[in-house]
Amino acid sequence: MTAQIPVFIVVIPLLCSFLTPLVGLWRKDLCYYWSVLALSLCSLASIDTLFAVIQGGPIHYRMGGWAPPFGIEYVIDHLNAMMLVVVSAISLIVAIYSKRSVEQELPDRAVYFYTIFLLQVTGFVGIVITGDLFNLYVFLEVASLAGYALVAVGEDGAPLATFRYIVMGTIGACFYLLGVGYIYVSTGSLNMADVYQILPDLYHSKVVLTAVAFLLAGLAVKMALFPVHVWLPDAYTKAPSAASALIAPLMTKISLYVMIRVLFTVFKPALFIDLLPVADIMVWAGVIAILGGATMALAQTDLKRMLCYIVVAEVGYIVGGVGLANATAIKGAILHILNDAVMTVGLFTVAGIVAYKTGRHDLSDCKDLFRKMPFTMAAFVVGALSIIGVPPTCGFFSKWYLIHGAVIAQHWAFLVALLLSSLVSVVLFFRIIEIGYVFQASHGEHANGAEHTAIDEAPLSMLVPTIAIAVAIILIGLYNQTILSNIIDFAVPKL
Amino acid sequence: MFEFIVNYYNYWMYIGLMMIGFYAMMAKRNLVKKIIGMNIFQSAIIFFYISTSVKKGGATVPILEYAHGHATHGIEHGANAIDVMQYANPLPHVLMLTAIVVMVATLGVALAVVILIYRRYGTLEEDEIMKLVRRG
Repeated sequence: MTAQIPVFIVVIPLLCSFLTPLVGLWRKDLCYYWSVLALSLCSLASIDTLFAVIQGGPIHYRMGGWAPPFGIEYVIDHLNAMMLVVVSAISLIVAIYSKRSVEQELPDRAVYFYTIFLLQVTGFVGIVITGDLFNLYVFLEVASLAGYALVAVGEDGAPLATFRYIVMGTIGACFYLLGVGYIYVSTGSLNMADVYQILPDLYHSKVVLTAVAFLLAGLAVKMALFPVHVWLPDAYTKAPSAASALIAPLMTKISLYVMIRVLFTVFKPALFIDLLPVADIMVWAGVIAILGGATMALAQTDLKRMLCYIVVAEVGYIVGGVGLANATAIKGAILHILNDAVMTVGLFTVAGIVAYKTGRHDLSDCKDLFRKMPFTMAAFVVGALSIIGVPPTCGFFSKWYLIHGAVIAQHWAFLVALLLSSLVSVVLFFRIIEIGYVFQASHGEHANGAEHTAIDEAPLSMLVPTIAIAVAIILIGLYNQTILSNIIDFAVPKL
Repeated sequence: MFEFIVNYYNYWMYIGLMMIGFYAMMAKRNLVKKIIGMNIFQSAIIFFYISTSVKKGGATVPILEYAHGHATHGIEHGANAIDVMQYANPLPHVLMLTAIVVMVATLGVALAVVILIYRRYGTLEEDEIMKLVRRG
């Protein structure tokens, strides 16, 4: 029984997703509890798998008992065991958080929302858990299609944003599929571990080099690397609050995970560091993404859209960190995947609360929030400090490793970009904090001081998950050495 | 050079189709035309996969009447083992069945979104929609 736990991580959300409409036929309000239950089980299975991997090393699960490379194999090593816990825990928290927000934004469509929500999570965990290149493509499309549907039901203008997302997303997925095709043509295998064994003899084949280019180009679109990020801000700004809180932190991070997986366990690191100039290109792409994302974030007047551009900049951190190609920087990049997922979900849940209370998410809607919603804003400040990189929040530690890695690699442009973007984050968030302290004094009557805005805190079902994320940000920061020495050190390849 | 083009004509056609689809997705103003371009783009990749499995010289579908270990009385052991040159590789076909399903699903979602856009703006021309959006 315990040997079957890895497959439950995918099967539970998949089956529960298809059963959700049936549950909805019986009692509509049960769908919420049903998906929370499904995701709790999924999280438990992931956490159990993580501990199994920490104690006993990588787990190989053969689908239907077929031996690789003929059958599809699930491979869980330290890197994706961590990603599984991140994905399932964040989706659980967002599912708990989504209750009131979905009731308000999608009153009569909650049943279908939770169906697709679970399908989205299935896609995410499937991408992370699989050890087969084509299987990964299928899960990538499951996640993308569910994402299109979740974004499309958002506010005015969401369908148009979704259409652009579909076109760009399909191009990205097709490039990935072509890259897989080229690898299959040259090796005759789709199993990652098998391809890893066969490929080194073929590194000078043009087919393999084209495959590298196609795979990375496809993933760059999916992860919204700066010049091809254009689909992201519109789509995630206009999605329903609960959907953007789920997709915005996870979709980009999972594409980054796939990039790391492809570069380190399908190809050997030597290929893209010594044979091809891929690593250099990645650092410069990272620099451009960081500067571009930070600059665009400064120009925004919409809270969610600003957060979207911060996500774009953070993608640059991780791509650049991997491109620096030394153990410290890669350690920082992997830690930053974890941290950034947690920080971003924290900020997007707060943006969702602002949208729930005011109906809009402009920066000007943040007025007076510190008095109205002290707990929510406390969580927001923790998330903001973490994005800026203030110890002891988790954002500081990954940024520290990235900066240290840049110094080791002597790549000063990346170092400068990192520091500049931290400065820009300071400006961005202090602007919001300043707006949050502007008390709406009605008609100059503030002089007598008798007037107080009543505390108008978010409902508990939204507040508790948000606070939990803020606590997680600090805890991950405090225990980062434990995470590094037990998990991430094993995920960094030997260079 | 001519030989190179003629001998690999299937790959040239896949590249050609893919570029047509790519062009339609990027340059066409009409949203439905963009979707058609997207479909051509995906079909081109399916053609690519299928043509990698082809073998010249009469290779057929791998349906094995007497597979190993079955009904081999009277026939020498191993006589029915697969001769790879006689059979086309079935795996790309199987992969593409999955890819076609993905393609159909994408097409369905894209058309549904286009219907939403049409209901909201009353047009499918991108420039007209952008005008309406800017006007607010």
